[in-house]
Amino acid sequence: MTDVVSSPAGVLAKPARRDIGIKRRYAAERRFRAYGIAALSFGLLFLALLLWSVVSKGYTAFQQTMITVPVEFSEQIIDKDNERASDPQKLVTANYPLIARNAVAKVLGVAETDRSGLRAVNQMISDGVRGQLRDMVVANPQIIGTTQTVSLLAAGDIDSAFKGQIDLSVSENNRKVSDQQVGWMNQLAESGALGKHFNTGIFVNGNSSRPEAAGVGVALIGSFYMMLIVLVLALPIGVAASIYLEEFAPKNKFTDLIEVNINNLAAVPSIVYGLLGLAVFINFMGLPRSASLVGGLVLTLMTLPTIIIATRAALKAVPPSIRAAALGLGASKMQTIFHHVLPLAMPGILTGTIIGLAHALGETAPLLLIGMVAFVANYPTTPMDPSTALPVQIYMWANEAERAFVERTSGAIIILLLFLVVMNVGAILLRRRFERRW
Amino acid sequence: MNMLSEAAVEKALDKKMNEVAYKMIGKDVSVYYGEKRALFDVNLNVRENTVTALIGPSGCGKSTFLRTLNRMNDTIEGCRVTGKITLDEDDIYDKEIDVVELRARVGMVFQKPNPFPKSIYENIAYGPRIHGLARNKADMDQIVEASLQRAGLWAEVKDRLHEGGTGLSGGQQQRLCIARAVAVSPEVILMDEPCSALDPIATAKVEELIHELRANYTIVIVTHSMQQAARVSQRTAMFHLGQLVEENDTDKMFTNPDDQRTQDYIMGRFG
Repeated sequence: MTDVVSSPAGVLAKPARRDIGIKRRYAAERRFRAYGIAALSFGLLFLALLLWSVVSKGYTAFQQTMITVPVEFSEQIIDKDNERASDPQKLVTANYPLIARNAVAKVLGVAETDRSGLRAVNQMISDGVRGQLRDMVVANPQIIGTTQTVSLLAAGDIDSAFKGQIDLSVSENNRKVSDQQVGWMNQLAESGALGKHFNTGIFVNGNSSRPEAAGVGVALIGSFYMMLIVLVLALPIGVAASIYLEEFAPKNKFTDLIEVNINNLAAVPSIVYGLLGLAVFINFMGLPRSASLVGGLVLTLMTLPTIIIATRAALKAVPPSIRAAALGLGASKMQTIFHHVLPLAMPGILTGTIIGLAHALGETAPLLLIGMVAFVANYPTTPMDPSTALPVQIYMWANEAERAFVERTSGAIIILLLFLVVMNVGAILLRRRFERRW
Repeated sequence: MNMLSEAAVEKALDKKMNEVAYKMIGKDVSVYYGEKRALFDVNLNVRENTVTALIGPSGCGKSTFLRTLNRMNDTIEGCRVTGKITLDEDDIYDKEIDVVELRARVGMVFQKPNPFPKSIYENIAYGPRIHGLARNKADMDQIVEASLQRAGLWAEVKDRLHEGGTGLSGGQQQRLCIARAVAVSPEVILMDEPCSALDPIATAKVEELIHELRANYTIVIVTHSMQQAARVSQRTAMFHLGQLVEENDTDKMFTNPDDQRTQDYIMGRFG
């Protein structure tokens, strides 16, 4: 600019257009777009990394190595003295692992006198067969004395070895499976007796210290109870609070204070809610520890601000002309809200609620404080019974030492992520469905 | 309607007007929004079966006055009304008066067409339903049909009563809103610039409708269009800076107003 003014030609020529830096403006815009794309790529890259890491580690958890052999339900071992008619406990306490060991040893041709061989065979079978065979016999005592083909759960180490997760080049003394066991494993695999099957156990079993028998069944039920409690409590309370604050409450310093506090509560670390739950629900009200009822109550407190904020935003977004129309027709305030405003705010409310629920489903920290980080093997029948939750189960498995728990941890993460995806898709679908009425 | 009968209606109305029956009487009406005073002691009477137009520059208080007539100002935080407004002798700001009841008697049509996002049928049926005007489905069907007939919309929508009201054109939506107001059988209909969002053809239809509705209802209309005020109204009130400048027969108002400010405004010298 100064050039033009100072040069003698510039003074005489018609005034030059003011340099407003169009080139620089375009360059700035291009740069800004590049930043945006870079940020987006960065985010997508890490999302891809996360998914790849979880899925590549976890997909094997949905397969389980089983050994399918003819099992002789020997009366000699189960009920030597034929007391099962008088003492039903006899069938429950019988030495079922022995039956399973004998069956596998027979297929492998291990002599009954080879004690160390038999011990090695025993290590290949999961202790979970105790329950498996017991349930078969208790359900149908007729099979005693017969031979049935049964798929036995392989031990966790054999499962890991068969899936190629154990480095066999390491010296035999430093690994969990011996060369002999690997040989047997390959022998059984070649004959078709040993193979991978779909792992239903990970969905239905309770927790177990044996990875091959551990599942998220209890955690799923615990999480389900908690979601139910959160939905039943947080949705009506949250929506009622929002309607009051948004439509009825006078606008003064006190309601402003409440509003600020609700917004702040949404940002309070979740572990604080855990402490609150511990102090109020367990210590003061005397509710049982580890119960999904308490977990649900704590998560309700945590979800309420989210739902209230979302609902208030949804109520605010309803055009005032609709309220005016209803009021002008002589509808009362209540009728206006419940007949017109609330239905129109529904998609927003539902989206907020589902996002709050998804948040609660993935919450771990407050549950640790109220004792839901417990080893629970039996299904809870009511929300008062001890149970765990999906994210807590993941946390517990991540602390386990066995190699087979690594894939199960990732497998449980996949299950949790699937639930979250389903909930979010549900939120989107509900939103679309209700919005069409607009 | 042929020319003769229209003339007869006109004559009958004129006769009625000579008796000057006031439907609503506003006495010393002042409105405050918080600290700010929006209306200054307005004395304005609304004649029965007459279209009264409220004109004036933006922010002059004409909409505010309109909204005091069915207490729509109640919904505005910090709004305070003093003075006295009566509807057939009843003080509408009396503690005994139920605002729901009042709004059923004094209906309202808004500036922007605001049908409920529901079917055409539901739009009309909502008012009668909450006021318990229909005993059964047949009653309701009849109310819906009659209201749409009155609003001149029946022929256009009778085949799609159960389709969304928001799918109609702007003009049709506004007539739907008028039909909705008519459905609760009000005595007075307030219209707040009902044609400002409509094209000229739709405006003409609504104006024609207002003209017809006059036989059965008392209408108060706020408008920014001088031509519209001249076309549809019999009485005109001019507001300026929160004060009622002049209220007179529309003919006189537009030819020979008493107040200089009215003259200036109508001639387009300010506002």
